[in-house]
Amino acid sequence: MSAVISIREISKSYGELKALHDTSFQVEEGAVFGLIGPDGAGKTTLFRILATLILPDTGQATIGGLDVVKDYRKLRLKLGYMPGRFSLYQDLTVEENLGFFASVFGTTIRKNYDLIAPIYSQIEPFKSRRAGALSGGMKQKLALCCALIHRPEVLLLDEPGTGVDPVSRQEFWEMLATLKNEGITILVSTPNMDEAALCNKVALIQHGKILAEDQPEGIIQSFKNPLWAVRSENMYQLIKDLRMYDGAADCYAFGEYARLKLHPAPVELTTGDNASGQRQTEAAIKTYLQQKNHQKIEMFPAKATIEDCFIDLVSA
Amino acid sequence: MVISTEKLSKKFGAFTAVDAITFEVDQGEIFGFLGANGAGKTTALRMLTGLLTPSSGKASVAGYDVWKQPEMVKRRIGYMSQKFSLYEDLTIKENIRLFGGIYGLSSAQIKSKTNELLDKLGLHTEAEKLVGSLPLGWKQKLAFSVALIHEPKIVFLDEPTSGVDPITRRQFWELIYQAAQSGVTLMVTTHYMEEAEYCDRISMMVDGKIQALDTPGNLKKTFQAKDMDEVFRKLARGS
Amino acid sequence: MGRFLAFIRKEFRHILRDRRTLLILFGMPVAQVLLFGFVLTNEIKNASIAVLDHSKDVETTALSNKLASSGYFHIDKNLASEQELEPAFRSGKIKLAVVFPPNFAENAGRDGAAVQLIGDASDPNTATTLINYANAIVLDFQREKAAASGANGGLFLINAETSMRYNPEQKGAFNFVPGVMTLILMLVSAMMTSITIAREKEMGTMEVLLVSPLRPLQIILGKTTPYLVLSMANAIVVVLLGIVVFGMPMRGSILLLAGECLLYMFVALSLGIFISTRAKDQMTAMFMSGLGLLMPTMLLSGFIFPRESMPKVLQYIGNIIPASWFNPIVKGIMIKGVGLEALWTHTIILGLMALVFLVLSLKNFKDRL
Repeated sequence: MSAVISIREISKSYGELKALHDTSFQVEEGAVFGLIGPDGAGKTTLFRILATLILPDTGQATIGGLDVVKDYRKLRLKLGYMPGRFSLYQDLTVEENLGFFASVFGTTIRKNYDLIAPIYSQIEPFKSRRAGALSGGMKQKLALCCALIHRPEVLLLDEPGTGVDPVSRQEFWEMLATLKNEGITILVSTPNMDEAALCNKVALIQHGKILAEDQPEGIIQSFKNPLWAVRSENMYQLIKDLRMYDGAADCYAFGEYARLKLHPAPVELTTGDNASGQRQTEAAIKTYLQQKNHQKIEMFPAKATIEDCFIDLVSA
Repeated sequence: MVISTEKLSKKFGAFTAVDAITFEVDQGEIFGFLGANGAGKTTALRMLTGLLTPSSGKASVAGYDVWKQPEMVKRRIGYMSQKFSLYEDLTIKENIRLFGGIYGLSSAQIKSKTNELLDKLGLHTEAEKLVGSLPLGWKQKLAFSVALIHEPKIVFLDEPTSGVDPITRRQFWELIYQAAQSGVTLMVTTHYMEEAEYCDRISMMVDGKIQALDTPGNLKKTFQAKDMDEVFRKLARGS
Repeated sequence: MGRFLAFIRKEFRHILRDRRTLLILFGMPVAQVLLFGFVLTNEIKNASIAVLDHSKDVETTALSNKLASSGYFHIDKNLASEQELEPAFRSGKIKLAVVFPPNFAENAGRDGAAVQLIGDASDPNTATTLINYANAIVLDFQREKAAASGANGGLFLINAETSMRYNPEQKGAFNFVPGVMTLILMLVSAMMTSITIAREKEMGTMEVLLVSPLRPLQIILGKTTPYLVLSMANAIVVVLLGIVVFGMPMRGSILLLAGECLLYMFVALSLGIFISTRAKDQMTAMFMSGLGLLMPTMLLSGFIFPRESMPKVLQYIGNIIPASWFNPIVKGIMIKGVGLEALWTHTIILGLMALVFLVLSLKNFKDRL
C-alpha cells in the first residue's frame, strides 16, 4: 500500500491564530481516513490546502505524487472536493446541478453513471426538484454525486455530516464504504468522535495539532488507564464526588454513566485480566460513594472509546 | 409544573412546523428536545419563549400564558441560542452589564453578578477582552451564564453545544447540572444523541410531532435499543 | 467550449429564476426612462405663465399666442401693472412671467426691442428650463419675422445660449436618455456581475468551481457574457424608448453608438469583476458597487447636476468616472450627429480605463481562495 496523500509539517496561520501547527500524516490508497476534531481545530484549513485553495505557510503536501502548490492545475483534475457547506446551486434542480458539474469537468452524467448510480438512484425520483428544496440528507447525497461525477482518484469530504440527521448520516458512511471498493481514496473530516470506528484510520486534531494517528483500535489500545462506568441517582453530585476520590485521574459525564478514569495502578488492581483486582477496586469505590450518601450505585469496567482517548490526549 | 402545553401547533402557510404537541415540565428538570433539523424543535422553543405566536393550542410558561402574556413570560425566562449569544464587538464586562441592564438589574446587582460570574468561569483576567476573541466553548459558557443573570426560573437552550469540543461540552453540561440543582428548569435542544442521556426526560420530535417522551432509560427499554442513537433511528425509520 | 456553454446556460437559469434579478434587469431601465420622462415632460407641459403687456400691439399679441400655442405654456393671467407681478408669483401657480415694454413693435423694427422673462427661482431647475423654452420660442419668432420681412434681424435683446444650438428647446429627454443609459449599463454590467460572483463565494460554490479544471478567465467570461448580452439589450430598449416615446433624435451612426456602448460595458464589467475580487459576500458587493459606482455615476457625471456648475474638486473627481466620458459620447452621437472625429479623446480615455481595470481585475482574480 502506498501513500496517496502525504502531508509533511504543514503550518498555516491567520494573523495571530495558528490554524495548523506542523501537521503531518499519510493516507494510503483506497483508505477511508478520518480527520476528527471539534470546530476550530484546523480541519477546514487543512482541507483547503489539500484542495489547492489556500497556500500553506510552511511544509509540503502531495496527492498522488502531485504537489498541492506547484502542480495544482493537474491535481485539480484528480480531486473530488465537497466543502463544509454543500456547494450546490439552490436555484437549479438536482439534475441541472449534476449536469453542470459534469460538463465543468468535461464529462457527462451518462458516462459515469455507474459510479454514482447507488447514490444517485436514491435522489433520482426528485431530479426535477430544486436543490434548495431538498432535505439535509438529500442535499448531502447530491453534493457527493457532484463531487464524484468526474471519477476523482481522491475524495476530500469536509464535514459531510453537518446538518444531516443521524439516519442519513449512517447511510452516508455506508456509501463511503462502497466507494472505497471502487479504489477511491477518501479523506473525511468530522467533529463526531463516534464516527471514528467507521474509518480505516483516523487522526485526532485539536488546536491545529495532530494528537494521535492510527487505526481506531490502535488509538483505543493506547489508552492505558483503568476506566469505569458509574452511575447513581444524583449524577452531578456523583461526578463531583468521584473527582475527589483518591486514585481518580478524571471523571466526566458520558452518556447515561459517568466515566471514571483511574491512575494506572499495579496490574493486579486494574480492570485487566485480574478479576480479584477489579472486585477490590469496585468495592473500594462503592464504599467511598456510600459514605457520600449515593443511592442505587451501579458500576462496571468500561472500554475506552475514541472520545475518551481524545479527552485523555487533550488534557495530557 | 413550570411549563405545560396542550395541543400546541404552529403553521407556516400550508406547512405544519409544530403539530399539536402536549407535554409538561417540572421545576428543576432538565428537559431535552431532540429531533433532526427541521423537525420543529426551534419553532416549538420560539413559541414557548414568546417569540412566535402559536397557531392553535395552549401553553403556559412560569405560570403565564404564552399567548396572552408573552411579555410576562419573557421576563421570567432566559434564552440562549446557538446563533446569537453575545455581542462579539463588546467586551465580556460590557456584555454582562448590557444584559443585566436589559433585565432591569440595579447597578449594584450588576456589579456583584459580574464578579460572581467571572469567578465561576475563571474569566477575571479576560474581563476586558472582546467576546469575539474568545474560543467558541468559552463564548457558549459565558452566554449561558449571562442568560442566567436575572435569575430566571426557566432557561431555554437552543443547540448550545453544537460544534464545541468534547471537553468544553462536558464543562457546559456541568453548568447546566449546577443550574438545575439550584432549582432552575432547563429546556435543551441538541442533536448529540449522547447528550440526550444527560437529560432527566426527553421528547423526540419527528415532523413536528412528539413521537416519544420519557426518561432516557425508559426510552431505551421501550425501543429495545442500546443507546439513544438507536432509539432515534428506530423512531425515524418507523414513522 | 462545451464547458463554457454549460456555464452560460447555468448563468441564464440563475437570472431567469430570480425575480429580483429579473426586475432589476428588465423592469428598472424601462421604469427609469418612463419615470424621468414622465416627471420632466409633465413639468414642461402646460406651465402656467403670466403676461404683462405694456405695448398691446400686433407683435406682442402674436408672440403671446406663439408662446401659448407651443404646448409648453398656458397663459393663466394677463397682468395690468408691475404691482400684480409679485402676488402672481406668490400664489405659486405662475412659473414664469413675460413682460413686454411699451412700443414693442416699433422698437423691434428699429434698433431692437426688449422682452423680459422672469422665472420663479424658488425652483431653479424648472425656472431655467422654462426660461430656456421661452427663449427658444422668442428666437424662433424673431427668425420667422426676419425671414418674412427680409429686413435685418436683431429684433430682441435676449441672448440664446450656444449650448442650445443643437437642442433648441432643451428637451428633458435629450438629457436623461443618455444619462439613464450610462446608469443602467453601469448598474447591469458592474453591479450585477459583482453580485453574482460574490454570490458564488457566499454559497461556497466558488470553492468547487476553483477546484475544477475551469480557468479563472473561463469563470470570468462565463459570468460576464450573459450580462454583456443583457446590457446590450437594455441599451437598445433605452434608446428605442427615447426615440419612440420622447422623440429623441438619432442623428449619428448607430454602429458607432453600439461600438461605444460595448466599450463602456467593458469598462463597467471589468469594474464589476474588480469589485467581486474584493467582496466576500453579496452585501459587500452591493454596498461597494452602490457607493463606489452608482452614486458617483448619478451625481458627478452630469446626469442630474451639470458638471460645469460643480466645484473644481468634484469636477476632477468626476473625470475619473467612466460615465463622465460616456455621457457626452451618447449625446454627441444621438443629438449632434457627430462622428468619431469629434469623440476620439473620450473614446481613447474609455479604452484606457477598460484596459487598466481589466488588467487590474484579472490580476486580482485569484484561482485560490
